[in-house]
Amino acid sequence: MQSLGIDVLLKGSNFLRLLTGLWTAVRISLISVAISIALGILAGMLMTSKSTLVKVLMRVYLEIVRIMPQMVLLFIVYFGTTRVFGLNLEAETAAIIVFTFWGTAEMGDLVRGALISIPRIQYESAAALGMSETAAFRYVILPQTVRRLIPLSINLITRMIKTTSLVMMIGIVEVLKVGQQIIEANRKTSPNAAFGVFAVVFLMYFLICWPVSRLAARLEKRWA
Amino acid sequence: MKKIRKNTIIAALTALGLGAALASPALADESFRTLDEIKESGTINIGVFSDKSPFGYVGENGDYQGYDVYLAEHLGEDLGVEINYVSTEAANRIEYLQTGKVDIILANFTVTPERAEEVDFALPYMNVALGVVSPEDAVIESLDDIGEDDQVIVISGTTAETYLVKNNPEIKLQKYDAYAEAKTAFENGNGVAWANDNTEVIAFSIENEGYVVGIPSLGSADTIAPAVTKGNETLLNWLNEEIVALGEENFFHADYEATLLDTYGADYEDTLVIEGGAVAGSETEAE
Repeated sequence: MQSLGIDVLLKGSNFLRLLTGLWTAVRISLISVAISIALGILAGMLMTSKSTLVKVLMRVYLEIVRIMPQMVLLFIVYFGTTRVFGLNLEAETAAIIVFTFWGTAEMGDLVRGALISIPRIQYESAAALGMSETAAFRYVILPQTVRRLIPLSINLITRMIKTTSLVMMIGIVEVLKVGQQIIEANRKTSPNAAFGVFAVVFLMYFLICWPVSRLAARLEKRWA
Repeated sequence: MKKIRKNTIIAALTALGLGAALASPALADESFRTLDEIKESGTINIGVFSDKSPFGYVGENGDYQGYDVYLAEHLGEDLGVEINYVSTEAANRIEYLQTGKVDIILANFTVTPERAEEVDFALPYMNVALGVVSPEDAVIESLDDIGEDDQVIVISGTTAETYLVKNNPEIKLQKYDAYAEAKTAFENGNGVAWANDNTEVIAFSIENEGYVVGIPSLGSADTIAPAVTKGNETLLNWLNEEIVALGEENFFHADYEATLLDTYGADYEDTLVIEGGAVAGSETEAE
């Protein structure tokens, strides 16, 4: 145990490569989360729809997302679309589609939960004040929903960042893959590099996810 | 409750249907790029490993290196195109070819009959077989040297395990899940020998004093070859001609000396390298 192998990160541009990989992971999750939040609010409204057909369809969508491992979804979107439709998606686009597909369903379910948690009296009071249904939703229900939602959706962000390690399966070189590359390239000269490199990768995930989850905790306290 | 269950079934069926649709043979027409199309575009997409040193890996400055990459570089030069390296995993190599997302796979791809139904292999450029390493004071030179109570170390899920279970069920195996565990167990003398891919055991014997590869080549000798999308004849033919031509200048020996010599030593050069696509002893098999 002479060295923990952190020194391999100082060779050449290894550390920069690791950071570039981290940015790739964070970029994919941030874009996906942004789209998921917008679409998720819509999905959540549909989930609370009065129409049974819409509710069943949304239920099926949510179940598909929950049943299918993200890895399968990645393969279907990246390779499957090319096979079936001859559509050649960029790997990163495919990843964002999958993460958004997943995020929208999860977000939708959170929105659904937040919407039904708003007491009936809020709707009734709004109606009593002469607000139309749309206006009541826009000015009374939605602001309260969003408050309850933000802490929950931030947890989704951290989950997404962690799941980005799967995108290496469709050829995207993100932080964990760069870590593996560095370890392998130095297998002979620093056999212990695995420990040091994975420790640094862990630290990077932590430094990204920890502030995000602290923020969630703070918002939860302030708005609860 | 009843409703939820019904919905779950619908969801599962939809998922199954989707899966079945995707598993059926490609509906899209020719998914690959012909030789001329590649030349015209000025770039070739080559799938390589990015973390399998010394075959395909990424150096400290982010450039691809290794035995497979050395060949890829040369192919790019002779085609007169830029190379776009795609980092592949063992599990997605066939998928990449079938969807035409890469033109050639050069990722330590072992030729098997099952794979040959899915992709087209060009002429081989390397041999792989199983090997058995043992301590130098009790060298196992043939499987008959293994006593009744002796145990042989293998890693679960490797070809070595499958081969020994099938062909020598009388040999007692000690199975480990990971390379590191098997290595430690072997070094501690838990088994009389360790069976694995011959490249792995040769590398081990070179890195660790006191061990000899008593059986350097066991079982059916497999080969490693470039692969292209099934039916991409123009590219396949060009590759085959290229590999034969490269053989005349002893290209693959130079490749070995540049990339594998440090790991496998000079003794195994002729065991591992295939020059010009000609498999030693059975020239016809290369077809």
